[in-house]
Amino acid sequence: MTDSVLHVAAEADRVPRVRFWHDLSFWGLLPSRLLMGFALILPIFIIAAVSVATRGAHGGFAWDFNLAGYRQILFNEGWTGELEFTPQYLLIIVRTFLLAGATTLICLLFAVPVAYFISRQPPGRKAALVYLVTLPFWASMILRVYAWMIILGKDGTLPRLLEYLGFPAGTSFMFNDGATLTAMVYTAMPLMVLPVFASIEKLDGTLIEASHDLYGSRWVTLRRVILPLTAPGIVAGAILVFVPSLGAVLEPSLMGGGKQMMMGTLIQLQFGGGRNWPFGAAIAMTLMALVMIVLIFTALRAARREVAL
Amino acid sequence: MNQSKAIEVKSVSKYFGAYQALKSVSFNIGSNEFFTMLGPSGCGKTTLLRMLAGFESPNSGSILLNGSEVVAIPPHKRRVNTVFQSYALFPHMTLEQNVAYGLENLGWDRARIRNRVGEMLERVHMSQMAKRKPAQLSGGQRQRIALARALAPEPEVLLLDEPLSALDLKLRQAMRDELRTLQRDTGITFVFVTHDQEEALDMSDRIAVLGGGEVQQIGTPTEIYEEPVNRFVADFVGETNFLDVDVVETAAGQATIRTPFGVALTVPATGHAAKGRATLSVRPEKINLGDQAQGVVFEGRITNKNYMGGYTHYTLDVAGTELRASRRNASREGDTIPLGATVPVGFVAGSARVLAA
Repeated sequence: MTDSVLHVAAEADRVPRVRFWHDLSFWGLLPSRLLMGFALILPIFIIAAVSVATRGAHGGFAWDFNLAGYRQILFNEGWTGELEFTPQYLLIIVRTFLLAGATTLICLLFAVPVAYFISRQPPGRKAALVYLVTLPFWASMILRVYAWMIILGKDGTLPRLLEYLGFPAGTSFMFNDGATLTAMVYTAMPLMVLPVFASIEKLDGTLIEASHDLYGSRWVTLRRVILPLTAPGIVAGAILVFVPSLGAVLEPSLMGGGKQMMMGTLIQLQFGGGRNWPFGAAIAMTLMALVMIVLIFTALRAARREVAL
Repeated sequence: MNQSKAIEVKSVSKYFGAYQALKSVSFNIGSNEFFTMLGPSGCGKTTLLRMLAGFESPNSGSILLNGSEVVAIPPHKRRVNTVFQSYALFPHMTLEQNVAYGLENLGWDRARIRNRVGEMLERVHMSQMAKRKPAQLSGGQRQRIALARALAPEPEVLLLDEPLSALDLKLRQAMRDELRTLQRDTGITFVFVTHDQEEALDMSDRIAVLGGGEVQQIGTPTEIYEEPVNRFVADFVGETNFLDVDVVETAAGQATIRTPFGVALTVPATGHAAKGRATLSVRPEKINLGDQAQGVVFEGRITNKNYMGGYTHYTLDVAGTELRASRRNASREGDTIPLGATVPVGFVAGSARVLAA
């Protein structure tokens, strides 16, 4: 009796081995796995590999392990092979983070009141306004940046308006960090407005009334009730704006004139005119690592918040 | 009751688009009064309350708070606090922080805030839970915190927007007593909005019955229940029987009427009673049956009865007119009148009331 029970149990333990190609879900998920593999993971591995390869004499690279790409970010190699600390690329990294950070902050400053305003509209107008916010996405990114060149550039809309108002003629607002920032803020704005709007929309309006009722001015209500309760949307918007802004290429090269580089333009330059693929790849990997650090940091903070709530 | 006026509402009208929610409403609320605005949904009571808080402004008319005009003053500058129907506790703050919020905005110093918060939490029996978040509370506990939060800044007027509607029956009864006690202890003017007539009768010093954007009647609970001025009030507050009658003679506050079942009698009437068609309102509990029948007595047949424990509700057929009567089951044998029996039915003329038709 006991024997037979044990025997049955042992039999049941022996789970029939299903080969993975017998599993239907394997085939169902195959297209997305191939896409992820070829379009996402493989390129990252290639870039990682190139970043530790040796620079080719006429562009390209050779498969010899070499950390020169990474070394070049911080040090300049002299004729005799001595290393000299050069902050120029470090400064570009810092500039990139400052510009992306400024973009995020300015977007946030505009997006919160805009999202709040939209959320307080009647349903029909609300949908129309959300549509208007997304409208720039329908135009090509390069067109949107060119539009700003027309507005800010020499003989552009804004200088002419100022001239009309009696300011000296011929002012140009182009080819500086301000111009780059303007275009970056403009292109990123919808990415901030939408998630912030989504979280403000979810906010219970009576809580705002309760705050006013308890002697909270508009400012106090924003700081102590609206912002803390919409923090998840704000964090999502900030990530959506900050991360792509770090890799901005079009705005600094068109609006900033390409002289003041950001990491995106630096990478582009190394793969193009600079003919230093390993160095370009090394900067790309550095950028990715820095983004990862930022994301992990925000994820940890979000988890802490969750616990606190 | 103090004679000074905490709130004066003067010819206030409010439109929502083409819909007129309030039609030139006027009334006063005395200091230290427990004042209830009672009415069905859509009667304008919540709109009025939101106007007192400052969330809505009237299209015309004025609202005075302790003698000064407040229509143009934003909510955060009015010494008025609200207990919201949904409580509206800040979910990201502890109970302590919720109660302290208004005090911080008023600029009280830390020590004073700490004392007041402690005192308020004590008062609503929630001291042990000070560090919790609203999500960890039951409905009744949230209600208490909402009360403590609204009362902490010592407002001139406390507004309560159907605060008991989300609670279960037993808790609601307990909270009624608690609210009443709080009002007496603090001496703060309470303006309470409800559609529950029982709540209104139980707690209020005075009740304003609102209907169709107008004040139908203002009075003490007894006045509202026993001396309704029109059909709307008689119908909305409590149960009643309406009988079509002919007024044959009127005198000051009195009317001589002929009832459908032929009896002529003299009953109290509202001011407007004129000769001709009118409505007689008789509350079911004023109608006595069997050996208890007194006053104007006639006969009726029991067509239905509902045994409610403490009371039995009877439906009677009196010469083709349907009447409802309720009888307290004063002894174990109280519910003795069988269905279908023909019994004497009577009411004291003074307990009925003639209303303008």
